[in-house]
Amino acid sequence: MSSDSSFLSRPVLYGIGIFLLISAIYLVTRHPPTLPGDASNESTLVLYSGRSEDLIRELLQRYEEETGTKIQVRYGKSAEMAATILEEGDKSPADLFFAQDAGSLGALAKKGSLSRLPTEISARVEPRFRSQEGMWVGVSGRARVVVYNSNKLKLEDLPSQIFGFCEPEWLGRIGWAPANGSFQAFVTALRATEGEEQAREWLLGIQKNEPYVYPKNSPIVAAVGAGEVDVGFVNHYYLFRFLAEQGESFPARNAFLSSGGAGSLVNVAGVGILQTSKRKEAAAKFVTWLLEPGAQEYFSSKNYEYPLAGSVSPSDQLPPLDRVKAPDLNLTELEDLEGTLKLLQETGIL
Amino acid sequence: MGQVEEPQLPDKASLGSRDRPRNRVLRDAPPLLWVVALLVAAISMSPLLYLIVRTSQLGGTLFEILAQKRIWTVFAQTGLLTIVVTITSVFLGVVFAWITVRTDLPARSLITILVSLPLVLPSYISAFSLIVVLGPRGLLQNALSGFGVERLPSIYGFPGAWLALTLFTYPFVFLSVRAGLAGLDPSLEDAARCLGRGPWQTFRHIILPQLKPSIHAGALLSALYTLSDFGAVTLLQFDSFTRAIYVQYTASLDRSVAAVLALMLALLTLLILAVEFGRPARKRYYRSSAGAARRAARSALGKWKFPALFLCVAVATIGIGLPVLAISVWLIRGVVYGDEHLGVHGTVLLDSIFASSAGALLTVVAAFPVVFLAARYPGRRTQGVERAAYIGHALPGIVVALALVFFSARYAVGLYQSFALLIIAYQVRFLPLAIGALRASLLQINPRLEEAARNLGHTPREVFLSIILPLARPGVLTAVALVFLSCMKELPATLLLGPTGFETLAMRIWNATEEAFFARAAVPSLLLVCASAIGLSIVLSNEQKGVAV
Repeated sequence: MSSDSSFLSRPVLYGIGIFLLISAIYLVTRHPPTLPGDASNESTLVLYSGRSEDLIRELLQRYEEETGTKIQVRYGKSAEMAATILEEGDKSPADLFFAQDAGSLGALAKKGSLSRLPTEISARVEPRFRSQEGMWVGVSGRARVVVYNSNKLKLEDLPSQIFGFCEPEWLGRIGWAPANGSFQAFVTALRATEGEEQAREWLLGIQKNEPYVYPKNSPIVAAVGAGEVDVGFVNHYYLFRFLAEQGESFPARNAFLSSGGAGSLVNVAGVGILQTSKRKEAAAKFVTWLLEPGAQEYFSSKNYEYPLAGSVSPSDQLPPLDRVKAPDLNLTELEDLEGTLKLLQETGIL
Repeated sequence: MGQVEEPQLPDKASLGSRDRPRNRVLRDAPPLLWVVALLVAAISMSPLLYLIVRTSQLGGTLFEILAQKRIWTVFAQTGLLTIVVTITSVFLGVVFAWITVRTDLPARSLITILVSLPLVLPSYISAFSLIVVLGPRGLLQNALSGFGVERLPSIYGFPGAWLALTLFTYPFVFLSVRAGLAGLDPSLEDAARCLGRGPWQTFRHIILPQLKPSIHAGALLSALYTLSDFGAVTLLQFDSFTRAIYVQYTASLDRSVAAVLALMLALLTLLILAVEFGRPARKRYYRSSAGAARRAARSALGKWKFPALFLCVAVATIGIGLPVLAISVWLIRGVVYGDEHLGVHGTVLLDSIFASSAGALLTVVAAFPVVFLAARYPGRRTQGVERAAYIGHALPGIVVALALVFFSARYAVGLYQSFALLIIAYQVRFLPLAIGALRASLLQINPRLEEAARNLGHTPREVFLSIILPLARPGVLTAVALVFLSCMKELPATLLLGPTGFETLAMRIWNATEEAFFARAAVPSLLLVCASAIGLSIVLSNEQKGVAV
């Protein structure tokens, strides 16, 4: 038997007791046990965000300071947040859903979880960047680009459109992320613009070039910078984070395909108001504010995203939006993610 | 024991002899114990019920999904990875436990902490740093490029996933076996050595059989973790079942198809559990001779000292050294660049520590009735309850989280997104960690002691407090440590179920890395490592004080 017959010595037991007491007091004071987003409280909004905290925190703080409205945010991945809203059903405490991509907003709209936005909000944004039924609206845009290693390649070495990467010269030099939502949106656009067969051919063509598979965009940019692959299919704005942290010598640059097409798809991060929200008016005010110059300027300067409303211009490191040769598509037409998933599975890519 | 004519070690049969309690008081489990254990198991099973609800909405498409050949390929691949990782983890875990507890290895306490630390980092951080360093064109290749190394062999796919998951899971075996070793009776070993057996034979025939429960517990946790891991397998480009489940959630937002896949994973888990618990644990792992147990003597490593030291240092370097190196590089880059958001609010650290402590305490308390029932009253039904509690550890975190969203948002709104629900989620996910560690320790306690105390008129409560709890101390402390560290890095449930405004270090790290703000992930990552290391050393130093059973 141990020398002391009790489990823990007395000082340790006291220590645990005091610790538990402090924890309890701390947790109760910091996270009071009220229902999240108490419906009676008009000056609070509950936001489920699929956008990362680092992308929007300061913006939300600014809104709180300007209007006195408190925003309670829950951060997560867009698809998981959408799944959460669906599981919550009628009882969702959320008023707003801020998604990283049009796809998860579209899925919620389809299941009837979103409520129609006032037309004066929708009208602020080009039709191609919002729901045709007015269920959600894009607030900032991002383009698909080809990121390339600038030590090994020059801009002129790249094909003018996405099908050029099916040539055998790109064997073992490509990085892509088939499980990533942005990539799948691009494939959906490819199917919509070029047809099912062409899309399949493109996927098989790339597959034949033995691409490296990454889980999402940022590791592709890192891999291109490291020279692990020469080119990668990504969203435009990740590169700027790497350039900021590692300096201009980081050997990767973006290429906007000169002939455009699905390879230059412009997708959005957007907002929708939940059908179950009891504060739709306050929520609409917030959405309106996101489309005003102040917030649009924030997306442009801090996140290197494309502003979508008003006359705010994008970062001077980007070609203007009307010069990006995006496919002639409305984002609502990209709803058939299931078909894309099926195609990716049939081709053995996912 | 051994006979004169045939000098023999105590054979396995006598070590694991069947032994039923003779006392009626102990033969039938008290009803209250049953009720509490069943309640805990029911909470743990709730994700399974959710999956059945979701799957049942599919109808005919269910068979379409199951007819896909690909699904079965991925299924088999995942199974293979699980087996290989588990075997490697058991090897490393047992070796490390042995050399840190029972040999004269230098700097044992420090090495104990170092080789446990790979457990503390979220797998997406460790896997990412493995790639940064060991990738085909990573830092190692950079360092070797002077010698003409253009490209390292790819770590993507099976080899990388194997390496990464072994690093994340061997600490489960290590910590369980440590607790098991601490409770062993050294007199059997002495007897074997007196009878002329060498250290290796003594280890193989005496110690290893007695360590079986702790090795099993650790191996099971490794296997289930491998099944449920998402971060490492995606980053290392290994096509596992969890990845297939996530693809369903993210790509098509189809919860039903994801549910079918998760249900298949649950069935695989049940299969593993059936193999693991094939025979009811009626074997005897406690000392039964009269007299007091002593602290075991340490063996001299001799010429093995340096190889042993090298193995520890090598594994710790890859498991914790490389990630910390990568994180430091991020931090330096951030400082050079002048990022204003490198720091992290103190409340984030406090939220992390308090929530994880509460999660660890509740989980270990909840594990006690389940383990006690199965260990003291072995039988099909009691072990079925114990088995049921394991499900939560094998399912991907997002499945457990969505299941709890489903039940609480619909049927217990008051609880939804409250601190209490988060703690319950931790319990569902990490109960098996506590069960595994406790089980091995409880099996080492001689039930005669409890019987004697009961017969002398002590209440069950007194018996529990003055006999069981003190003797199970190594197991209890290991359980607390394992659950605490897992809660510290937990992500999916914390994101969906924590109170609004509640933020942990793991959330901060994930938020930053998700959008490639690596520099901003550095400080919270280092804090996570430090806080976990401090927690671990407190627990382990307490364990050492109490080892003299």
